[in-house]
Amino acid sequence: MADVLFAAWVIARKDLAIEFRTRSAFFSAVIFALLGLVIFYFAWDPTAVTVNDLAPGVLWVIFTFSGLLGLHRSFGVETEDHAIDGLLASPVSRESIFLGKAIANLIFVAAVQLIAIPALVVFYNLPLGNVAIPLIAIAFLAAVGLVAVGTLFSAMAVNTRLAELLLPMLSLPFFVPIVIAASQSTAKLLSGRPIVEAAAWIKLLIAFDIIFVAACTVAYPFTVDD
Amino acid sequence: MSSTISSGGPPIVEVAELTRAFGTRRALAGVTFSLGRGECLALFGPNGAGKTTLLRVLAGLLRPSSGSARVSGIQLPGGALARSRVGLISHRTMLYEALSPRENVSFAARLYGVRDVNARVEDSLRRMSMLERGDAPVRSLSRGMQQRVSIARAMVHTPQLVLADEPYSGLDDGGARALTSLLGELRSAGTAIIVVTHNLAEGLSLATHAAVMQRGRFVRYDPADRIDATAYSTTYREALAGG
Amino acid sequence: MKISWLPTIAGAAVIATVIRAAFFTPLEAKQGAAQKIFYLHVPAAWVAFLAFFLVAVSSGVYLWLRDSRLDRFAESSAEVGVVFTTVVLITGPLWAKPIWGTYWAWWDVRLVSTLFLWFIYVSYMVLRGAIESPPLRARYSAVLGILGAFLIPFIHLSVYLFATMHPMPIVGKPSKPSLPNEMLLTLMLSLASFTLLYFAFLRARYRYAVERDAVAAAIDHDA
Repeated sequence: MADVLFAAWVIARKDLAIEFRTRSAFFSAVIFALLGLVIFYFAWDPTAVTVNDLAPGVLWVIFTFSGLLGLHRSFGVETEDHAIDGLLASPVSRESIFLGKAIANLIFVAAVQLIAIPALVVFYNLPLGNVAIPLIAIAFLAAVGLVAVGTLFSAMAVNTRLAELLLPMLSLPFFVPIVIAASQSTAKLLSGRPIVEAAAWIKLLIAFDIIFVAACTVAYPFTVDD
Repeated sequence: MSSTISSGGPPIVEVAELTRAFGTRRALAGVTFSLGRGECLALFGPNGAGKTTLLRVLAGLLRPSSGSARVSGIQLPGGALARSRVGLISHRTMLYEALSPRENVSFAARLYGVRDVNARVEDSLRRMSMLERGDAPVRSLSRGMQQRVSIARAMVHTPQLVLADEPYSGLDDGGARALTSLLGELRSAGTAIIVVTHNLAEGLSLATHAAVMQRGRFVRYDPADRIDATAYSTTYREALAGG
Repeated sequence: MKISWLPTIAGAAVIATVIRAAFFTPLEAKQGAAQKIFYLHVPAAWVAFLAFFLVAVSSGVYLWLRDSRLDRFAESSAEVGVVFTTVVLITGPLWAKPIWGTYWAWWDVRLVSTLFLWFIYVSYMVLRGAIESPPLRARYSAVLGILGAFLIPFIHLSVYLFATMHPMPIVGKPSKPSLPNEMLLTLMLSLASFTLLYFAFLRARYRYAVERDAVAAAIDHDA
C-alpha cells in the first residue's frame, strides 16, 4: 500500500512539475472561472434573485466546467510521444498511475478553487464569515468525487476519436449528484442554516467519494491492460 | 549484476508458441525462441508483421492470447517484477516535452525504484552524451537528441532485457554510433537485447541471433554462426514483398 | 421466407395488450383516459431498467472472460434500452400535462432520473462510436456500463432529496391509483409483452452486430 501511494506521489509530482512549467491549463481554468463568475452575474436580475440564492449554483457549475479543463490535460500530456507507454511498462502498478493522476488533478482543482471561491465572495459580496470552513470541507468532498470520475474518463477520452468532446459528455452525468449536493448544501450554509440541515447532502457526497474513488481505481487497470 | 558473464546460461527470454490476437486478427501467430544473457536478437520484417506486438508483449504492455512468454523466468503477464527487468526503447520517445532530459530520466529512475537516483541519471545521460543539454526542455531538443534521452531513460535501471523498436530512427550518425556502442557494452555486461530495425547492416552488426517475421510468425530464424547476410536480405525482401 | 417466431409473438402480444388496454380495460376513475398511457409507460420503464441492468452484468462478465459475445450483448442491450428510455421520456410528459398541468415535473424523481439514464446510455453509445479498436471499445464501454449502474442510485437519491427539500405546489397530484383486478391484469400483460419485445429487439440487434463484425473481420483479413 505504501509503495502504491509513493509511486502515485512520484507521478503526481511529475504532472504538477509539467503544469507548473507550462501553466497553460491552470491559467485557462482560472480565467475561465473568473469569466464565468462575471458572466453569470449579468445573467440574472439582482432585484429578483438574491446573491445567496444565486451564488451556490454559479460556484459549483463553474467548478465543474473549470475542472474539466484540467482533467482533459491530465492524460493529454501522456499522449505526447506515447509517454503513457513508458509509465505502463514501468513496474509501478496501474492503481498508482491512476491515483497519481488523480492526486495531481485534485491539487489542480483545489488551486483553481483557491482563486475562484475568494473571487466569488468578493464579486457577489457574500457574507462568508463563519461558513468558510464548512464550505472548504464541501469543496474538498466535491472535488474528490469529481476528480476520481474525471481522471478515469480523461484516460479513456484521449484514446478516442472525439477526445476533448467526449470528456464532458461522459463526465457530466456523473457530476450531477456532486453539483446538486454541493450547491444545495452551500445554499443552506449561505442562508445561515445550521450545518445539520445539509447533513444528508454531505453524506451523499461522502458516499459518492468512497464508491467512485474505489470503483475508478479498480476500473482503471481494465482500461489499459489489453 | 554478477561478475561472470557468459553467453547463454538460463534464458532471459523464453517464448513458446506465443500468439496475440486483436479481435479476429492474429498479430502474433505462434512465435517460439529463447534468448540468453548477453545475446542479441535482430528482428526484421515488413510493417504489420507483428514485431512491435512481440516487443509490447515482452514489455508487459500487452497480454499474450495463448502460448507462453517468460522474461527472467517470470511468466507473462508477470506484473511489476517482470516489467522491472525490461528497458523499452521505441521510435516514440515516451518523454515529457515540458521537462528536461534530467527530469525525464530521473522520473523514470524513481518509477523503477533505482537506488542513488542522481548518480544513475548522470551516468545514463553521460553515456548518450546528453549531459550538456541535460537541463533544457526536451521540446527544444532536436529529434535525434530526444531519441538519445529516450535511450538514456530506458537504461537508467540497468535492465536485464532491452527491447529496442526502431531505435535508430531519428538518430544522426553520432547518435547511432553511441547507441551501437552502448548496446554492445550492455551485451557484454550480460544484458539480452531484442532490436527491431529495417536496416539489415545495423541489425546484424550487433546480433547473435536473427529472425525475419511475416504475418505473425518467424519465417527465418538463425543463431549467429549460421546468419548469412545475403540469404537474409533475400528472405527479408521476399517478406517485404509478401507483406 | 422463414417466419421468425420471437418477433412475431412479441409483436402480436404487444398489439393484443394495446387493444386490451384501449378497449377492454375500464377507465381509471380520477384520471380518465390519460391513465391508459401507463400501460405503455410502466412496461417501457421496466424494460429500460432490465436492459441497463443487463448491460452492467454483461459488462462485468466481459471484463472477466473477455468474450466478444458479451460485448455485443451489452452493446445491443444498451441500444434497445435507450429506445425504451426514450419511450418513457415521451409518454411521461404526455401523461403529466393533463394530470399535473405541466409536461415536465422536476419533482418527479423517476422521470428526472430517467432523463439522466438516457444521457448516460446515449453517451455510452457515442463512446462506442468513437473508438476504432474492437477490444479497446469493448473494455472502455464495459467500464462505463458498470459505472453507469453505480451512478443510478446516486442520481435517484440526489433528485429525491432535491425534490423533498423543495416541495413544488402540485396541482391535484393523484394518490397512487388503486388498481382493480382488470387494470392490474392489463398492466401485467403489458409488462410481459414488452419484455418479449425487448428480447426480440435484443436478438435482432445482436444478430446485426454479429454480421457487422463478421464483415469487418473479412475486410480486415483481405487487407
